[in-house]
Amino acid sequence: MTGFSRHRRSGRTIAHFTGLEADLLRSLAAQVVELLRNERAVPASEVDPLEALLDFSGPTTEPEDPVLLRLFPTAYTDDPESAAEFRRYTEGALRDGKERTAVALIDALEEAGLPPDLDEDGLVIDVELEPAEALDWLRALNDIRLALATRLGVVEGDEEYWESLSDDDPRTQAHDIYEWVGYLQETLVGALD
Amino acid sequence: MSAPSPVEVDPDLNADESTFLDKPWVTIVWNDPVNLMSYVTYVFRTYFGYDRKKAEKLMLEVHHEGRSVVSTGTREEMERDVQAMHEFGLWATMERAT
Repeated sequence: MTGFSRHRRSGRTIAHFTGLEADLLRSLAAQVVELLRNERAVPASEVDPLEALLDFSGPTTEPEDPVLLRLFPTAYTDDPESAAEFRRYTEGALRDGKERTAVALIDALEEAGLPPDLDEDGLVIDVELEPAEALDWLRALNDIRLALATRLGVVEGDEEYWESLSDDDPRTQAHDIYEWVGYLQETLVGALD
Repeated sequence: MSAPSPVEVDPDLNADESTFLDKPWVTIVWNDPVNLMSYVTYVFRTYFGYDRKKAEKLMLEVHHEGRSVVSTGTREEMERDVQAMHEFGLWATMERAT
């Protein structure tokens, strides 16, 4: 595990992942995509295509899923009407943007040689990102961390709690993954800075 | 690509009145246990164009005081800023300046 670094001559950001690490990242990004698509405001299949094209309205109420609520916070804390309007005009674009960056991360891993089904040992995935791609990764890693932290119930200053859990506890494993993605993001910020 | 049109300054405009009318809204970023200090600073620098010193000061304000006013402007401008903060995954809200 080495994280990201900047290749001085090309200006690209590079990282090496084992097959397992790359596969894990892909599955986390894929879960973000799935979550974003699952709670769509408009059911696509039953709507007349023309009607769907002409329907500009977005959601006006807070998402039920706590992860989605964290990804799309309420913009006005003391004005429900303005908050609903803001959500209607922004949430669709925000969802599309977050889906796009998560898909960009998956595509980059697969372009770097991650097969659809990981079945060989010793695979090394070398990722090389152009500056714009690195920004996509920065956002995608952050969304993954927000999702993991919300599911885990991470709060400020809870390091001791996580350390006190036994190694067999599934939460320990999930928290380790959360920390690992944080490490990746930290090194990526450092490489871009 | 487009270039911004030149701004003509109206010398008769009352400064106080203009501040009151044009900039009555603020964007607030709230502390959360997830976002990295380095990432939050990076976002403030790249999105708002703040220098490192200002970006770090705002980031530390968020971290230690729980919230920080990161930009001031018209309601429309603040809606853009809040949306951008949400794109970056920061927890941002807006309200009238007090």
